[in-house]
This record gives sequence, structure tokens and C-alpha cells, in this order.
Amino acid sequence: MAYKILTSQCTVCGACEFECPNAAISLKRGTYVIDPNLCNECQGFFDAPQCDEVCPVPGTCVPAKGGGKAARG
Amino acid sequence: MSADVIRLADLKIGSPRGPRRPAKGGCSAAACGAPAKPEDVPAATWAKIQDHPCFAEEAHHYFARMHVAVAPACNMQCNYCNRRYDCANESRPGVVSERLTPDEAARKVIAVANEVPQLAVLGIAGPGDGAYDWARTKATFERVHAELPDLKLCLSTNGLALPERVDELKEMNVAHVTVTINMVDPAVGAAIYPWIFYQGRRRTGLEAARILHERQMESLERLAAADILVKVNSVLIPGINEAHMADVHAAVTARGAFLHNIMPLISAPEHGTAFGLEGRRGPTAAELQEAQASCGGGARLMRHCRQCRADAVGMLGEDRGQEFTLDQLPDEVSFDPTERDAYRAWVEVERADRREAAAAADAEAGTAGATAAAPPLRVAVCTKGGGRINAHFGKTEEFQIYDVDADGVRFVAPRRIDTYCVGGRGDEKVMAAIKDALADVQMILCERIGKRPRRELAVAGIAAVDAFPLAYIETAIAAVYARTGRADGTAGA
Repeated sequence: MAYKILTSQCTVCGACEFECPNAAISLKRGTYVIDPNLCNECQGFFDAPQCDEVCPVPGTCVPAKGGGKAARG
Repeated sequence: MSADVIRLADLKIGSPRGPRRPAKGGCSAAACGAPAKPEDVPAATWAKIQDHPCFAEEAHHYFARMHVAVAPACNMQCNYCNRRYDCANESRPGVVSERLTPDEAARKVIAVANEVPQLAVLGIAGPGDGAYDWARTKATFERVHAELPDLKLCLSTNGLALPERVDELKEMNVAHVTVTINMVDPAVGAAIYPWIFYQGRRRTGLEAARILHERQMESLERLAAADILVKVNSVLIPGINEAHMADVHAAVTARGAFLHNIMPLISAPEHGTAFGLEGRRGPTAAELQEAQASCGGGARLMRHCRQCRADAVGMLGEDRGQEFTLDQLPDEVSFDPTERDAYRAWVEVERADRREAAAAADAEAGTAGATAAAPPLRVAVCTKGGGRINAHFGKTEEFQIYDVDADGVRFVAPRRIDTYCVGGRGDEKVMAAIKDALADVQMILCERIGKRPRRELAVAGIAAVDAFPLAYIETAIAAVYARTGRADGTAGA
């Protein structure tokens, strides 16, 4: 259960970084990335993943299907 | 870079030439809506605004501002904004070519202060929202204030995250805040804001607009209580809020807003904004004036806004941002106040001289209007700044429009065009566009103009006058107005 950021669409505004309750998002070599080991899709904090809620570009913060160690599917 | 810096040796008090390299941009006005002279506002207020080019109309002839793009994150979406579109040649709010860390921003501010003695204000205007992207905004203000304590700090925000920041702004001596408020009725707001992010949830429709409205009003009240001067920017969106502007104006002035700036929607399909893609057009100059007039005759309105970028540098109407990109900044830079102090001393005397000239011009226009019954006149002025007629017609990128009648000389608005003269030859397409842009104007005042464009303008009913090179704008307008009165009301006779 983790989200990922589609780099090609990201505007690098950083809003997701401060909204993430797990501090799972950081700037790496000019793009924001989500650490799948820290991301729990905001469960226990919010109803919906904060990165996707605040992101200005639709469909940029999305479920990482099979993407990371902790990813679902 | 140094070519454009004012040479102090050339500064002569009251000289018609002013600085040899006059500050670019700027217009002039005896009675622009924004305060033009100390008598217009209480003394304590004038002390706060006299060097801020956006808050005091007069100040923008002499002082420059810069924005540093340190705050890219935003907490809402506006239908006139597309966060994915950046272009170095675009001049409109929210657009930047590079983002800076607070450290880089502080270095840039010092570098600019050394090169541009007119610099008086540092603003943070995004490209996202500075009150939401607070950690970076605050760090930047603190670093700059430590190095340049006399530089005025200014924040531009949508207000959603602002109420909780007002106390900190006050502590940091941020004396000016601009809040963009496009509506005071959530039903209107729902057509402008598709969503806001507030307290952990994306909210849409009426709920979003209602929360935003309440937070904006709370921001105004808290800012007023903290004695921070507030300008409200409203984007005029045809078909959505043009009939609503008087309500917005009444609501924000009732909550202590000092100045209201109604700005035209900028909307082109290639920007990819929701309004651009749906083909919603920006307002015409006449529609903008109508909305301004709907706020009442005595309204304190800003009319000299150039809707600048979130990384603009220089006088209003010019952008020297490209001279100060990150790769051009020295690694270490220290502030040298010599030129800056000398420039301020010069401005002190020069602006008093100009103020006197403007008052005399108003008196002359009054006499002409009363005794000769001269009809009102609309004039387009070519200026490079300093409040003087000091630009050639062919090199002008922006005309300053003025009205004159028996009540005096009033600034109306800037109008941008392409320059007529390219590589020493006149461009016919541009001439047609100029005639079009100046269809409601009877006269052009410029430092010089060629025979051919003068003839062509005359055919279109526009008299080109170059009899007042380097004169103060108000003085020249009053003189031509008095002349039209004596000539029995024929403009430009």
C-alpha cells in the first residue's frame, strides 16, 4: 500500500512534501519521490492520500501498483 | 548589467533631463486612484507607502520592486492558473523561469540591490502561495531582513492560509500584504475555483468557495488589527464577476483594505488554463474602466498595475529578471549601500519638484477648462519614467493614457503595444495596431516622432505633439489642454 509520483507530470511545487503525515516524500535530484516503505496512503491520519488531494496536476500522485516493496497488487 | 544603472554624477535636481538613464517604466499622474502625494493619506500611512511602487502611484516613478520565486506550493486551484506552463517571455502573475531556495533568494536580492539603486521592495508572490508555502517564505524574509533591514517586505497571497500567519508577519516587520479576492459570494466563487485544499481535504464547489471567502475576510480583519497595509487584487473575469466588483470593493474596504486593484483576466488557450481552454476572453479596456467606475468615484484604486511575474525585477513595466538568473549570481555577495543612499537623496528632492509641477498643471487645466470651456481630452504619453515625456514614439512599448479636463490631469491606464520602429524602419502592421489601440485618444505626446508616422496618425485623427521634450507629463498635458481651449476646442490645433 503506497503511492508514487509520476515524474513527467510533477511541477515540483512541493505541496505534497509538507502535507505527507509520514514524511515519506522528499526531493531527490530535482524531483519529488515517495518512499514506499514509509507511505501508508495516509491511513490512520486522513480519509484520502494527502499528496493526491493537494497535487495541482490530476493523476500525478497515484497508487504504485507493484512499484515498491510495500506496494499492493 | 551596469549599463542601466543610474550614474550619480548625472543626477541634477529639477533638471528636465532627470537621471541620464531614466528608470524605465512608470507613468505619471496627479490623480491616479492610488495615493499620489502625502496629502492623500494620513502621515503615518504615507511613511509606509512612499517608497512602495505598487501602493503609492508616485513611488513607481522612482522605486523598483523584485519578486523572488521561493514559494511554489499552492493550496488551491484557480481557473485562470495553470501550474504546468512556464515561459521566460511571458509577463503575468504566477509565471517564473526558475525557483530559488531561501539562501539563493537572499543572494539574488543583495546582487540586485547593488545593481539597481531604485530597489525598495522585496515581494514574495508565489509562484504558488507564500502564506501556504510558509517555511520557505519565512526563511527568505528573515535572511533578507538580516542583510538589508531597510528593504520593505511584501507578501502576495490568496488568503486561505493567511490568518494564522498574521502575527508572524507582524513580528517580521512585513508592512504590506496583497490578498487576491475575486468574489464575496460563494456562488460566484464556485465558477472561479474548482477546488481548495483545507484541513486535510480537497473541497469543491460552494463549500470550497464559502471556506475561501470566510478565510479571506478573516485575513483582512486580522491584517487590519495588526496595522499591516492591505491591497486587494481582483481578477476581472467577463461573464463571471464583472457585475460583482462593486460588492467586492465594498466588502474589502469595510474590512480596512487600503487599496483595490482590479486586474484584467489574462487568458490565452496556449496557457492551458481552464478559462483559456474554454475560450473565455479577458475584459476590454472599456470593461475594465466600467468595473473601476462601478466602485464609486472616490474609490482608492490602483491603476498602474503591470501584473508582473513571480520573479520580476526592476521598475513596474520593465523586467530585468533575465539579468539576475541564478547562473549569473556570484557565490558570495555583500551589500554596498553607497549608490542606493545617493539615489534616495536625489529622489527626495526630485519628487518634490515634480509634485509642484503637477499641482501647477492642475491649476492651469482648471483655468483653461473654466475660462475657455475646453472639451475633455484623452492623451497617450510616451515616457521612459521619471514622470517625464522622454521617449520617442517609435521606441515606445507602452503608452500611458491620461484624461484632462477642468478638474485636472488624471492617469487612466498603461497600454502595451509592439514598437513601431524596428531597425530604423516603421512597421505598417504595428501602425495599424497602434491606431486601433489608441482609437479613443485624440493626442500623442512624445519626445520625438518621424514625419511619416505623424502623417499617418493625423489621418486617423490623432495629433502627435513633440513640442515638450523632457517636460513633466502633467505640465505638458495642461499646456496642450490650455491651447485646445484657446483654439476653440479643436484637439491638437
